[in-house]
Parts: sequence; C-alpha cells; structure tokens
Amino acid sequence: MTARSIPATAGEARSRARGRSQRRGTVVALLFLSPALAVNLLVVGGPSISNLYYAFTDWTGFGPATFTGWDNAVRLAHDQAFWNALRHNAIYMAFFLSVPICMGLFGAFALSRIRRGAALFRVLFFIPYLIASVVNAAIWKNILDPQAGLAAALNQVGVHWLDDVYFFGDTRLALGSVMFVDNWHFWGFLVVLFLAAMTNIDNARYEAARIDGANAWQEFWHVTLPGIRPTLVFALTIISLWSLLAFDYAYALTGGGPAGASDLVSLLVNRTAFGANEAGYAAFMGLTMSALGGVLLVIIGLLRRKEDQS
Amino acid sequence: MTAITTGPGVVAAPGRRRRRRRRADHDGGVAERAGGLRRTPISFTLLVVLALFAILPVLVLVFNAFKSDTELATNPLGFPSTWELSNLATAWSLGRLGQGLRNSAVLVAGTVVGVWVCAGMAAYSLARLNVPFKRGISTYLLVCISLPAQMFLVPLFFLWTRLGLYDNLFGLVLIYVALNTPFATLLLETFLVGIPKELDEAARLDGANEWQVATKVMLPLARPGFLTAGLVVGLAVYGELFFAVIFMASPDNWPISAAFLQFQQGFTRLYGIQNAAGLVMVLPVIGLFLFMQRRFISGLASSGVKG
Repeated sequence: MTARSIPATAGEARSRARGRSQRRGTVVALLFLSPALAVNLLVVGGPSISNLYYAFTDWTGFGPATFTGWDNAVRLAHDQAFWNALRHNAIYMAFFLSVPICMGLFGAFALSRIRRGAALFRVLFFIPYLIASVVNAAIWKNILDPQAGLAAALNQVGVHWLDDVYFFGDTRLALGSVMFVDNWHFWGFLVVLFLAAMTNIDNARYEAARIDGANAWQEFWHVTLPGIRPTLVFALTIISLWSLLAFDYAYALTGGGPAGASDLVSLLVNRTAFGANEAGYAAFMGLTMSALGGVLLVIIGLLRRKEDQS
Repeated sequence: MTAITTGPGVVAAPGRRRRRRRRADHDGGVAERAGGLRRTPISFTLLVVLALFAILPVLVLVFNAFKSDTELATNPLGFPSTWELSNLATAWSLGRLGQGLRNSAVLVAGTVVGVWVCAGMAAYSLARLNVPFKRGISTYLLVCISLPAQMFLVPLFFLWTRLGLYDNLFGLVLIYVALNTPFATLLLETFLVGIPKELDEAARLDGANEWQVATKVMLPLARPGFLTAGLVVGLAVYGELFFAVIFMASPDNWPISAAFLQFQQGFTRLYGIQNAAGLVMVLPVIGLFLFMQRRFISGLASSGVKG
C-alpha cells in the first residue's frame, strides 16, 4: 500500500484513505502513550534490563563492571546471611497468607451480617492501614517497651509479666513482633476488600442456602467463599508478591536485628548495594527475588487452572 | 503473568457505583437481606474486640502526644489528665517536621500531577485510540505492577547518581511517577471505557482533535476516577519509606517519613515528643480520610497496593 499508486476503484480509494487515517490514529495513540512509556523505560524498563547484565558482574556501582559469569550465584548459594533473610521472607509469607486472611474473612463476614454499625466498624478497622509505617512502628515501640506502655500499665495492677520482655530486642521475638505490627496495620484493608466483594454476591444464593437449612458457618463456606473467590485469589497473589519485598516494618522497628533475627532480603539488598558497595552481587540478589516472584505467579496460575477444571 | 487481572482492579462505571453507595449508606455498607438476620452475640463481641484491637493503639498515640514525661511514667497508656501542648512544639522544632512536611507536599503534589498526566494520557490512548499491540501494552503494565522493586533498584540508584538525580526531590518524583503510573493507567482505563462513546464521537464530528476530546470531553467526565487515583497515589507517596531512605541523603531533602524515623531513633524512649511528631504526620491523612471516606475505601480496595 504505497500512497502514490493510483487507486483503481472508488472502493479502493476509500479503504486507502481509511488506512491513512488508521496510520495517523496510530501515531496519535503512540504520542498519547509516550510520556508514560518514557518515564517507565527510564525508571523500570531500562534498569531492569541492565540489571540482567550487572547481576553477573563484579561491580561497585561506580566505575566499570567486570563480567564474572556465575560467580555471584555460587557466592549467594553459600551466603548464610542471604538464606537467613530468605527464610524470614518465607515465614513472613506463610504468616501473611494465613493470619490476616482469616481475620479479614471473619471480619468481613461478620460485618456483612449486622445491620447497624457496619460502616463504623469498617472505618475503625481501616484506620491503621492509613497510618504511615514509621508512625505505626513508633506507636508499637512505645506500647511494647518493657519499661513503658503496656508493661508499665500492667505493673500498676501488680502484674509483672512483661517487665523483661524485649519484643524488638530479643532474637526469639523480633521477627514475630515485626510481623504482628505489620499485620495490625494490614488486616483491616483485607476486611474492606472482602466486604466489597461480599456485597456483590447475589442474595438469592443465601436464601437458597437458608431454605436448605444452612447455618452461618455453612453459608460462609458454600456461598460467601465461592462468591468472593476472584478477590481472594487476588489478595493471596498480592500478598505473595509483596512478601518478597517486605521492608518498612523490619527497617523501622528493628533494622533487621538483633543479630539478623528479623533480617529480610530487601534490607540485605539495601545494605549490600549501598553499604558494602557490592552492587553486582546485590543486583544478583534482586534478580533472584524477581525470579522467585515469577515462580510464585506461575504456581498461582497453575493452581487456579487446576481449580477451574475441578 | 495474568494472576492479577482477575482482581477487583475493575471499577464499575461511575454512575452505577454511586447509586449502590448511596443505598449502602442506609444500612451500613451492606445490602438488605431477606429473611432477617439473627445477630449472633458471639460474632458481635468479636467484632468489638477487633475494633478495639485496631483503634486503641491509635488512641495511645493521641493520648501520649499530650502527656508530660512525669505523667507518662504514672499513666503510660490512659487518658491524659492535662493536655500538654509542649510536646508538639518540641517535636516541631527538633524533628525537622516543617521541612519534612514541605518535602512530602512537593513529592505528593509532583507525583500526583505527573501520574495524572502520564496515566491519564495512556489510559485515553488505550480506551479510545487505535493503539498497536494493545494487549501487549496491557500485559506490560501488569508485569510492571508485579515486578519487585529489587529487580531494578541497584542499576536505578547508580543511574540516578550519574544523572544528578540522586538526593534530589525531582528525581524521587520521577521514580514515584514511574512506579504508580501502571496501576493508575489500568484504573483510569476502566473509568474511561465506561464513558459512552457517543460523547467523544460527537465532539470529533464537530471537528475537535484528539487532544481537545481528551481534555474537554473525557477529562471532566472522568474526574472521579482521577480523584480516586490521586488519593491512592498520594497516600502511597506520603508514607513511602523504601525509596525515600535510599534516594534521599541530606536531611534537608527528607520527606516526613524519613525525617520522622530519624527523629524517633534519635529520641528513643522520649515517648511524649515521639507521639506528638507521629500525630503531626498522621493528622493530614486521617483528616482527608474522614472527609472522603468512601472514595478512599473504593480506591484502595481497587488498587491492591500493600502499604
């Protein structure tokens, strides 16, 4: 289709004009897309692609990078700090795929069954989610301080259980405490998410279940849960991906300590790249985490397909 | 890579939403159920317990912000006997809070405007124009949403130092715009698709070009979508910590989150002024939330962003 050849028929002329306006439309469409794509390629696309190269180099971040092949991979495989952090990320994931999901499901289901006050409850549950992580960290550092907060309040009624419990300074408690605070801020969001999905379930289904003599638990299990399945899958997906990235609460509450007891990979990447100037090695860590994210998405996709077939 | 597509990331057409919302106002966000509900006391009690669990720590923040150190020792959690304002003044002068709020305001405003421009134009293009590889672009946006930041963090950092964008508010705005545009594009696209095609086609017949159609016809109609996207993005930027602590070196450039964290770690155990600083940081968000509750909730529920 060259614009210069002479059209044989009116119809051909028309379709050629359409082709031209199509082309012009395409140019306009790309122009409209260009700001978003330009910013994205500068920040996300370009660095992601160069990360594929830097991951296999010895590089301080400044100056040239030396290609070293799989050296970083071998090093990572023997890196105790990495496996320690990765184990904590796995614990984080297991915790967040269970505890807040259960709290969110229960909260949303209970709210969907009360007439009055549901809106107020929803707001109360949601407020911690709005507060910035650093402030939430400060709140809980105050409450869980062994010489202040809850411990001091219990002392006044003669209870001394928490006097020597250092929630954020004890290697056995640090990770659990970080997860607890992070979950305190997060679960209300899931209530709101699930409640929004539950209000879209057709009431006829509940009525049918009730006619069959279902109790509340059976209604939840056979009507509510299937009704919000897409939302539930979505929540599980974002939590899985986000668990690989968890950073804020560990950073603000414990800094990964004491002695790495609450260290997470995101903190380790940060320290490796910008503290120890091991940019190449940190890039490989980042690549590993991204690959894990991809694997998770594939697993979730396969599980969903299997579910759909059964 | 399509695991995210089935999420509630799809916002219903604006008109329908609003009607449903209004009805929901009457019965506390829950549609009427036939057959009457037995309100089980056990679950109601549990709801109250959960609500207390969520809100009491926030009340501790408010109460302790107004207590003197002596009162904190004798009354570590409860209601303050006298409301002291000195903590707020101390926190304000020691904590670089004014500077932090200013920086955060610049970051939030810059990012929201940048996302509105980039995502708005991209969404218009995807919803109404003849984009080649439309599916490919949508998939790419989803990949960007689910891509861990660790994938590009290290090269981005050293690229930014080379471009002179490190430790620079504009540089951080660029990063935030890039990170938030994919989600906002998908959100706005669902909004724009819901606008009747006749409206913009009529404008085109009247001889308007695409830019005029986008800004004069679509933009006013899609305003709720833009507001929702702006709220979600603004909230995310205001509390953001990861990129803020990595990309901002000098205290003069710290956003409020980094300034507050530094302050909190410098004044450990001085809970009065710590909580006062926290209160200063939280108040704008809570105020805005109470003012625009429903939009916040619908926007955040559709975003699936883990704060």
